Amino acid sequence: MALSNSYETPAPGFNFDNAARNAALEGLFDGGQTPKPLKTGTTIAGVVFKDGVVLGADTRATSSEVVADKMCAKIHFISPNIYCCGAGTAADTEKTTDLLSSNLTIFSLNSGRNPRVVMAVNILQDMLYRYHGQIGANLILGGVDCTGNHLYTVGPYGSVNKVPYLSMGSGDLAALGILEDGFKPDLELEPAKELVRAAIHAGIMSDLGSGSNIDICVITKQGVDYIRPYQESQYKHNRTMKYKYGPGTTPVLTEKVVPLKLEVVQETVQQMETA
Amino acid sequence: MLEETAPEWLSEEVKTGTTIIAIEFNGGVVLGSDSRVSAGASVVNRVMNKLSPLHDKIYCALSGSAADAQTIAEIVNYQLDVHSTEIGEDPQVRSAATLVRNISYKYKEELSAHLIVAGWDRRGGGQVFATLNGLLTRQPFAVGGSGSLYVYGFVDAEYHRGMSRKESQQFVVNTLSLAMNRDGSSGGVAYIVTIDEHGTEEKVILGNQLPTFFDQ
Repeated sequence: MALSNSYETPAPGFNFDNAARNAALEGLFDGGQTPKPLKTGTTIAGVVFKDGVVLGADTRATSSEVVADKMCAKIHFISPNIYCCGAGTAADTEKTTDLLSSNLTIFSLNSGRNPRVVMAVNILQDMLYRYHGQIGANLILGGVDCTGNHLYTVGPYGSVNKVPYLSMGSGDLAALGILEDGFKPDLELEPAKELVRAAIHAGIMSDLGSGSNIDICVITKQGVDYIRPYQESQYKHNRTMKYKYGPGTTPVLTEKVVPLKLEVVQETVQQMETA
Repeated sequence: MLEETAPEWLSEEVKTGTTIIAIEFNGGVVLGSDSRVSAGASVVNRVMNKLSPLHDKIYCALSGSAADAQTIAEIVNYQLDVHSTEIGEDPQVRSAATLVRNISYKYKEELSAHLIVAGWDRRGGGQVFATLNGLLTRQPFAVGGSGSLYVYGFVDAEYHRGMSRKESQQFVVNTLSLAMNRDGSSGGVAYIVTIDEHGTEEKVILGNQLPTFFDQ
């Protein structure tokens, strides 16, 4: 069946391409210790309010116990009216959201309209289900379309949940407590932003895998307000000195020049056409 | 020293650890389910509706792996749509159940989901089909999911043919309530769907409105 949004029709059935590659990779490393993928160890949350959807995320990316990126962007652009927060393996969430964004752009160009959130969810679910959990992406999709304001979550195995508020990632239980307590249907913009901020903040305080700043993204019919950062970490360190070194800092003791011997092996001349 | 930045349940498969039930009554069927979706020890969604429409008068109840069950329901929904357009009338419940059974049987090793299909059609009236592991059997009532084990005794003793619509709905609600109280993987609210020749009625019964029994 030709889909209006894919470049190629996906093959039917499960996709086990990566299983063979993973087995081969394990053989390459001694002792079968493949390098651990970079996880975002995250707190992400979303809330549906009266006029749209608010998405929030922390900005810490960890590689085991080291913070690999202090200002990582976890809220990804999908289409002008849909944004997606990603938790799980950083590379998987990046690539999956990129792929989804490209597919929806093709759809927009083909049909001349903004995509619906449910379409993004269906494409994601299709793809993640076909890979049978091998793609470690926990995604929160939020957006506004002609049918209303929607918030969905898609799990790595392809399960979909449609809810008015949710959180994902390693800090999600802390954030969910705040959301369960403070959520009301049809919130106004400022209380909704404050609720999401408080939820992410709870995740940052209670979870080691989440930290640094808080990003907020507000999507309404009028447009998108991507506030990065919405709140800066209070533990931000100010550099006490500059690390730039001027020329002459390192003294030169001796200098030795050795010309390389090159011989011409082959010479081809191609005339340029300027007509 | 940090051992693991992410809790295990994040990468665990999401299961619906469920109680689902479908029964036939005079002139239709009633389907019921709880609303808890778990991943390991964590509840991922406490308000999920596990009664998924396959057609106007045919519904299925999902249990097992959330992703597998949702996908099967969506695929069969599409196939049934095509089928009903081809034959030019509403499909039979048996056809819907057969389509679900075909997928469950063909991908037996890879899938771990059990769907109960129930609905109303012109020829057979209300019908309930179980499709566990790829079999297809018509039964007067069917229960499924992890919570069903706790209520087999209750349904076996209390079910009788010729119940009225109201009696059947009450029977389903009672069964769900008992199962949700005993099974750790079932809980939340109860969703009820009643299908008969006049139409389909969906209802939600909130936690505090569920019937209570002897020890509550």
